[in-house]
Amino acid sequence: MADHTLSLTPPSDMSAAQRISLGVLGLGVLLLLVGSLAHPVALPGLWAHLWAYGMLLSLIGGGAAYYYYRFGQGPAGIRNDGNFHRSATQPWGAMAWILGLVFTGFYIILYWWPEYLHSLIALVDPLFQHWFGRSGLPENTGGYYNPWLAYGLLYSLAVLVMGIRFLYKYRHIRYQQVRTLSVMFFQLVFAFVLPNFLAALNGQELYFHYFWPLDYDVLFPSSVATLTQGPAVAQFFFWWALILAVPGTVVLTYFFGKRWYCSWVCGCGGLAETAGDPFRHLSDKSLRAWQIERYLIHGVLLVITVLTVGLLVNWQWSFLPQQWAEGAQQGYGFLIGSVFAGVVGVGFYPLFGSRVWCRFGCPQAAILGILQKYFSRFRITTNGGQCISCGNCSTYCEMGIDVKWYAQREQNIVRASCVGCGICSAVCPRGVLKLESGPTTHKTVIHIDRDEVKLLEP
Amino acid sequence: MSFLTRDWRYGPLPRKIETMRIVIIGNGIAGSTAARYLRKRADHELIMISGESAHPFSRTALMYMYMGHLRYQDTKLYEDFFWSKNRIQLLQDWVTKVDTATKTVHLSQSAPLSFDKLILATGSHSNRFDWPGQDLQGVQGLYSLQDLAALEEWSASTRQAVVVGGGLIGIELAEMLQSRGIHVTMLVREDNYWDNVLPKEEAQLIDRHIEAHQVDLRLSTQLQRIVGDEEGRVKEVVTDGGEVIPCQWVGLAVGVHPNAALAQSMGLACNKGVLVDDYLQTSHPDIYAIGDCAELRQPPPGRKAIEPVWYTGKLMGKTVARTLATTPTPYRPGIWYNSAKFFDIEYQVYGTIPSRPAAENTLLWQDARQWQSIRLHFTAAPPHALQGINVLGVRIRHDVADKMIREAWPLSKVMTHWAALYFDPEMSRSLTPALLDAYRERFPDAPIVPKKKRQLRDLLFFKP
Repeated sequence: MADHTLSLTPPSDMSAAQRISLGVLGLGVLLLLVGSLAHPVALPGLWAHLWAYGMLLSLIGGGAAYYYYRFGQGPAGIRNDGNFHRSATQPWGAMAWILGLVFTGFYIILYWWPEYLHSLIALVDPLFQHWFGRSGLPENTGGYYNPWLAYGLLYSLAVLVMGIRFLYKYRHIRYQQVRTLSVMFFQLVFAFVLPNFLAALNGQELYFHYFWPLDYDVLFPSSVATLTQGPAVAQFFFWWALILAVPGTVVLTYFFGKRWYCSWVCGCGGLAETAGDPFRHLSDKSLRAWQIERYLIHGVLLVITVLTVGLLVNWQWSFLPQQWAEGAQQGYGFLIGSVFAGVVGVGFYPLFGSRVWCRFGCPQAAILGILQKYFSRFRITTNGGQCISCGNCSTYCEMGIDVKWYAQREQNIVRASCVGCGICSAVCPRGVLKLESGPTTHKTVIHIDRDEVKLLEP
Repeated sequence: MSFLTRDWRYGPLPRKIETMRIVIIGNGIAGSTAARYLRKRADHELIMISGESAHPFSRTALMYMYMGHLRYQDTKLYEDFFWSKNRIQLLQDWVTKVDTATKTVHLSQSAPLSFDKLILATGSHSNRFDWPGQDLQGVQGLYSLQDLAALEEWSASTRQAVVVGGGLIGIELAEMLQSRGIHVTMLVREDNYWDNVLPKEEAQLIDRHIEAHQVDLRLSTQLQRIVGDEEGRVKEVVTDGGEVIPCQWVGLAVGVHPNAALAQSMGLACNKGVLVDDYLQTSHPDIYAIGDCAELRQPPPGRKAIEPVWYTGKLMGKTVARTLATTPTPYRPGIWYNSAKFFDIEYQVYGTIPSRPAAENTLLWQDARQWQSIRLHFTAAPPHALQGINVLGVRIRHDVADKMIREAWPLSKVMTHWAALYFDPEMSRSLTPALLDAYRERFPDAPIVPKKKRQLRDLLFFKP
């Protein structure tokens, strides 16, 4: 009588077009995987180009078409069906473990054994040679592997393809459309095209949308020296980063909250918002997690501040042995820059959600968060008494904020960690939440506690 | 040491009174709210009993659990430590009887509990109307966690389902089953979906939306009987038109009635629900009833005697908590509001909107392509005082709507301040021009100049 295999997943009612698009996407993945495991280095130039461009086009084209058929048709709405049923997106699901291991393993190899990425670097090398005249292969770099070109391409591809997915998935909400186009733009232009172009011009990759303390080494003595004595563009970059870090951040956060950076501009945020979207519900919402978060993130901010100031002072009045200063610098780069931000931050997407780094580690987020909490017009407004405590807002908060705690008490949400992605407002089935800026005097007020104020004392 | 953790926003500490034991039966939103506000204001011993779940959870989220948006633990009102930290004792057990003479609650497993005050928050039961076959296997309602577990079990072997009833639970069931790829036929007695509440234009918009989600919607169709197979499981339903619809599961979503069986057995005065006065007190002076199970002897103007909705449970919980903790407080729910979601369309209502509004009382704007609708309801005579707002696919700011209706703003003033009412996410399409067009077409002689800025602060926080 029954077919039990149908119980947990919708029947496969894919149209022919959707199957074809999935096939094209699969071809792209295949070209990428085979290419990065055993790239035929000996392939003549034309074939290497064909392979690389074929991979690129089938990933983008197949991905865009597949997600169009999956999310872009029929009435628009929240499409979270089965998130806690599918093994890739359920907490500690089998596929989630496998994905987590693959991502983590990739980052470990990337940071410490890039020579094992030989095939991947060779696979995308024709593209970089063609576009920017750059190469990551030892024969062109003077003997070492530069995996960061390939990494940048994969990262941008992930933001692009999963960004298209996000655009279709939330096509009924204009805030989500504009915000996603923004992170896609900053990733493609500011994090990919511009740095590669500048590097090709004068040998320096400059990222104009990163500044201290996320871009921690910009204020390390060696970079300060290189940048301020470098070409005009490097000098401009140095002062730009400083201006953005101090007055820029404060002013923008006052008006817009932390979101102007974390969910509109930042590359880490960009990946989390696009490629991380299927995993956003995995973040830990417990009070315990919040306590750990506050110690960790402010701890990292404290460490990088002490380190930066110490190194700058030491630069002037050298009081530390040279190897200590270098050791501290490398230690921070290893522990925070590589292990925390990379391996844990992205590798653990399928296990702990998409914002592990942003929530527990990023010193930039820590500064913006303090500003947001105490000195900003931004808040999430709770709409009177309309909350039904369903838990969608808390569950889909990638930063692990227990939004419901506030909403069901008819309180506005003012939290340092909120990146303003707006998904709580999107998934709320009763229209209770709205991100907005307003007068700071009424930011945290319980504005309509019906019990205490209005209804019982008319 | 409660003064250390007290929230000073709530004014001076209540007068020290003798602590008593308050037992709450039912941990739904009414019971949980009562417990939380009692603790906020007083030091009484609080015990909350539920047979359904160990911790309070959100009943309205049952559908999201089924669809895989959430897990059970995500729907809990608070983390588990909250209840012990606030000294609210939770007891998972079924109440077998209550002895009002000795003021004792008897439980099926635990030892009997004496009480000083008792709050009944026992909720509702799903309606059944003596249809032939309604007790077959695979026929059920959706109200409790146990109902959800049953549905989960039957889903595995269900390919076609029939949902009976065109109300809030019916459409939720349809959406839930669709998410698992189960084909749904919806039998709606009325001419349009939920049109005993929604005006026709809104109801028809929802009809089209239901059909856009590939649900087989049968309007003006009633269930005649349910037919089972030889194993006693449902195999088809027969409609009043004689049509036979094969199915493996039937959802009965034709409303709820108060769960007053316990109160009746206690000898409390009951009608459909447990009868309560203005102070939510039953016929026994130490026993109160709140939420779905309560029936007001004299409902406030514009409200019903029985209101089985989330918000009423919450307001009653807050009221009874104040009565028992500090000062006797009559139940004054204020301006009616409610909300729901029909597949992808959010619905909010504030104030009074009759289901058959007369043309001179109403201003309607709709955009069927965007599944949006706004209806303003007002008095027929100038200055057309606002009485209610009905929206589909549009979010409205509760504080502002409440104020406009309570103060009976003239329609022209409402239109002038429309931007302050609007609660859709930032950057959403402004509906001001479209709404203004509708207004001007209707009242060409009453020109208005809309405020561009929201001016929320002036509206809400300062006296004009």
